[in-house]
Amino acid sequence: MESISYKQITFTLNGKTVTTSVDVRLSLLEVLRDTFGMTSVKKGCEVGECGACTVIIDGETYDSCIYLAAWVDSKDVLTLEGLMDEEGKISDIQQAFIDEAAVQCGFCTPGFIMSSWKLLSTGKRYTRDEIRRELSGNMCRCTGYQNIIDAVEKVMNERLADN
Amino acid sequence: MYDIQHYYEAKSVEDAIRLRVEHPEAVIISGGSDILISIRSGDLAGCSLISIHGLDTLRGVSLDPDDTLRIGALTSFSHLMKDPLILEHIPVLAEAAGKVGGPQIRNIGTVGGNVCNGVTSADTASTLLAFDAEAELQGQKGKRRVPLTAFYKGPRRVDIEKDEIMTALLISSKAYKDYAGCYIKYAKRAAMDIATSGCSVNVKLTPGKDAIEYARVAFGVSGPVPIRISSAEEAVQGKPLTEETIELFAEHVRAGINPRTSWRASRDFRIQIQLEMARRCLRRSIERAGGEIVG
Amino acid sequence: MQVGKSVKRVDAYDKVTGRAKYTADICPKDTYVARIVHSTIAHGRVLKIDTSEAERVEGVVKILTCFDVPDIEFGTAGHPWTTNPEHQDIADRKLMNEHVRYYGDEVAAVIAKDEVAATRAARLVRVEYEKYPHVLDPLEAIQEGMPVIHEAFPDNILGHSSIREGNYQEAIREPGLIKIEGWYSTPSVQHSQIENHICYAYMEGGDRVTVVASTQIPHITRRITAQALGLPWGKVRVIKPYIGGGFGNKQDALYEPLCAWLCTQVGGHPVMIDSTREETFVSSRVRHAMRSHIISWVRPDGTFAARKMKVWSDQGAYASHGHGVVAKGMGAFPQIYPCPNVECDCWTVYTNKPSAGAMRGYGIPQTMFHNESHIDDIVTKLNMDPVEFRRKNSMPVGYVDPFSKNELYDDSFNQCMTKAEALLNFNRKRKLYANQTGPVRRGVGMALFWYNTAVWPISIETSACRMILNADGSIQLMLGETEIGQGQDTAAAQMAAQVLGVSYKDVHVVSTQDTDVTPYGSGAYASRQTYVGGFAIAQTGRILKEKILKHAHRLTRMPVDIIDIKDSWIVRKEDGRRLISLETLATETLYDIKHSEHIAAESTYSVQSNAYSFGASFAEVEVDIPLCHVRLLGLVNVHDCGNLINPQLAEAQVHGGMSMGIGFGLYEKMLFDEKSGRMLNDNLLDYKLPTTMDHPDIIADFVENPEPTSPFGTKALGEPPACSPAPAIRNAILNATGVAINDIPINPDQLFESFRDAGLLEGE
Repeated sequence: MESISYKQITFTLNGKTVTTSVDVRLSLLEVLRDTFGMTSVKKGCEVGECGACTVIIDGETYDSCIYLAAWVDSKDVLTLEGLMDEEGKISDIQQAFIDEAAVQCGFCTPGFIMSSWKLLSTGKRYTRDEIRRELSGNMCRCTGYQNIIDAVEKVMNERLADN
Repeated sequence: MYDIQHYYEAKSVEDAIRLRVEHPEAVIISGGSDILISIRSGDLAGCSLISIHGLDTLRGVSLDPDDTLRIGALTSFSHLMKDPLILEHIPVLAEAAGKVGGPQIRNIGTVGGNVCNGVTSADTASTLLAFDAEAELQGQKGKRRVPLTAFYKGPRRVDIEKDEIMTALLISSKAYKDYAGCYIKYAKRAAMDIATSGCSVNVKLTPGKDAIEYARVAFGVSGPVPIRISSAEEAVQGKPLTEETIELFAEHVRAGINPRTSWRASRDFRIQIQLEMARRCLRRSIERAGGEIVG
Repeated sequence: MQVGKSVKRVDAYDKVTGRAKYTADICPKDTYVARIVHSTIAHGRVLKIDTSEAERVEGVVKILTCFDVPDIEFGTAGHPWTTNPEHQDIADRKLMNEHVRYYGDEVAAVIAKDEVAATRAARLVRVEYEKYPHVLDPLEAIQEGMPVIHEAFPDNILGHSSIREGNYQEAIREPGLIKIEGWYSTPSVQHSQIENHICYAYMEGGDRVTVVASTQIPHITRRITAQALGLPWGKVRVIKPYIGGGFGNKQDALYEPLCAWLCTQVGGHPVMIDSTREETFVSSRVRHAMRSHIISWVRPDGTFAARKMKVWSDQGAYASHGHGVVAKGMGAFPQIYPCPNVECDCWTVYTNKPSAGAMRGYGIPQTMFHNESHIDDIVTKLNMDPVEFRRKNSMPVGYVDPFSKNELYDDSFNQCMTKAEALLNFNRKRKLYANQTGPVRRGVGMALFWYNTAVWPISIETSACRMILNADGSIQLMLGETEIGQGQDTAAAQMAAQVLGVSYKDVHVVSTQDTDVTPYGSGAYASRQTYVGGFAIAQTGRILKEKILKHAHRLTRMPVDIIDIKDSWIVRKEDGRRLISLETLATETLYDIKHSEHIAAESTYSVQSNAYSFGASFAEVEVDIPLCHVRLLGLVNVHDCGNLINPQLAEAQVHGGMSMGIGFGLYEKMLFDEKSGRMLNDNLLDYKLPTTMDHPDIIADFVENPEPTSPFGTKALGEPPACSPAPAIRNAILNATGVAINDIPINPDQLFESFRDAGLLEGE
């Protein structure tokens, strides 16, 4: 069997079907940033430790730096850019990050919002310790995590109250 | 961009085996949380890869007709954490899987990769070992099973033939029925860490729940590969649920462990915590099995 | 009021939507990638570099080595320049160095068309060294016969300074004194901002080079880059987009000069140096490890008779910020607990380790750990209450530092302690935890910190500001002071809005500094920007306002004296009548057929004052003795940083500093292989940055005593929060277990050693 240098991949990116040919050596991080301009996906360590490149694939969080782009064929990918609605209205999570001052330098923010998106998508109630656990794959050096946890808890409470 | 020489994608297990034969120098990649990092660090730079990432038939947990738990090699840690069969029969394995890295790593990392790496600190390995798990390997000649105790040959060396891939980890019903266990991961921080040491204990109590019928204990980072301490297991067999029994267990653990000093931790420190972990794991396992420790 | 309100960050929307652009996000696609070849020995000389194999890698453009760089030594510290040669930073390195001084030193750079080619080729560059012995410990490096790291410093001592007050030798003869003595040490740690250092350079206009960089100090980086390349300063332009954290790491010229030079070597084609996490750990900057020996002579009533401190600071391979860091750290010692008889000495010592530079707190977190741990050793020995002891001995109201003329105007220490004590319920818990015996014990501890805003009078403190009135009445604000995550742009907008009588939403802060356009400001360091930038904003705002009111007079005929700007209207002060909107005034003025004017103001403020900024940390821990494990249960910081410009952002800033203090106290330490000098844990797995799960809920609070020297009543807050958590945690562990641990981080390995020595663990 022959090795492949490029692979044609078709996947859903933020709700749209996209097709591209990727060098099989590329990480999903690189393809999202360089091919699709999704610059919210940040490179912080390249080894899956800091979580700055977190994206959602088929509903789960992944570090896109240690995920081969070739693997994303036929999958559903969501990045921070996909959280706004068509008219550009930001999600409740993004708003809560603004309101709770959960943003400082902003470099870890997209990854944290994606991990929060996943946690909140379950519709479950989490204790603060459980929120910490769900966000433990994302590192932040600016906030001490306090306001990030507050923001997530706030959205969770608001959504649970609405339902 | 990863420095990968050749990249092959397996479409089926048979395909993977054929690729293994055709490209013996190539490395198997399932989740990538170790392999890609080694490519980046230079250790595996320029290597060729056989990706088995797409082999979805190897994901998930099922029961064989004889009630053997079959854990597909590509099952992710986060899957293990919430799989109903695991939670019903070996909740401690879900507990161990939940200690791996963080959520993103638990989504990409696979239980097969955790074992095939051959590293002593693997979080699920000690629990699998403590449940007498077997590796199921498939090659050109078909399938074979190897007990994990024999599967580990040495640091980063495991018993996989050049034409084989691991397809599943198997735990027989005899090994898990009526057992309750506990896993303690000791790490320098509460998430995103490798184990300074890991201890997994499980026990089966007598029907009256007043003595230990069988106990099993396995450690990570007590030696070059995950190990069982059979002398400690034998020592407490039939013993009452007392603090003396727990101390007896710890004494035998002490004789059986042999951690080394590395820059990550000293031998003396590892011995200190491993003894304490053994005590606490046994206590909690007994409690989880419905026993009560006296004295 | 625009100041004092918790308005939302001006950059928050862009940051939560991914629209905020960082260096990597704007780098052109055809940019060459440069990979650096780092020294694989800790000390020696490069004899030969063989690039032949590397050059054959497809995609390699050019390989340059330490033999090719300009013969210019330069200093990298992000200090403002001084024309006084005696006060200039030490110039002790070239762009790449033949004499390599740490494992990781730059010896060659591969420029290639893509990352794989650059990385492959970098691995194939063969470097031949003459090896010299190396030394990793500063106390060893000052011994006789040790390897000389820089020829200009034969004893490896980069700097030594002293403080002498009263007569120590005389004072210790007083009968009845109790001597308390200890050694305390703090490790090399690293900023670990989530965005690694990154920059790219390109040339325009023939011979001008532009560097786009993740830096805290664009104007200073421009000057250093020009110096390193031997260019007139105007030939260099530095652009700073959003940056992913700095904490002092990027208060240095890091790879900007090298990147600019590499670019000049490939005809001005864009070249990028995108540091890996490993490079950021080893080859950017770290915090100075420090070791102190402290002796206190105390009377039984808990007053000091005499005190002595000696501190050794580990500079690593190159001078960077050098001696200023430990000098600041030592400077706190005689002030925080004034004592009539004091002797202090500090030394900064070269070693063959990564270079130490600025890091949040600038020497204060180190010496606060030393001193505040020592204070609790005294308290323990005298069986006194730690809060009461500090109330008795800490700097009194009215204290004036003879050097800086800083004055403690308010009872900051006592107020902070009172508030923090209540928030943690310290006194009650201290009683509750008094007599524990089990394997798991709890304890509480506290510590104070001393901090000095900005760098006056050691260096200039200057800031320039430009304001432009847009035709719609909004303001364009340009300041040399940089947004690095702390909220500088928002604070600047609020301060400008306050001065000008407009809403902060109508102040458009140009976040990107571009040295071609942005007025001079020294940048983000020394917790200076709100204080120093505040003067420039206030002054420039006044100038702009005068111009606006002059036009208002022209348009409304009301005398300037009786009008003002309020809510973007020109109003009559007496009755508040709205005369003309700022928008109308701006449009009318710009498009006036005769008097058209683009109303703008620019001014520089050179600050000649400075302010103390004090506070306290209170901590609660649970210690699992057999498992050698500490769980932080609670941490409270209370600060007096004057008036808060934005209370919510101030609180967030304190959280982050506390987190860094938690890492410093319990988790972080750079480890080195003694034999090779190589850093062992140069990644975020092995370097234990605390995660979400390692943090309890943390509490930040304030006492707001307006700083009289500041136009907005404000003073330092950026660095102070990181200064006192570590000793508070250490003292809590002492309270819980009776074991005084003098080396941080107090991680499991350290706890094991300490508990074993204290006999708390069952023997083998």
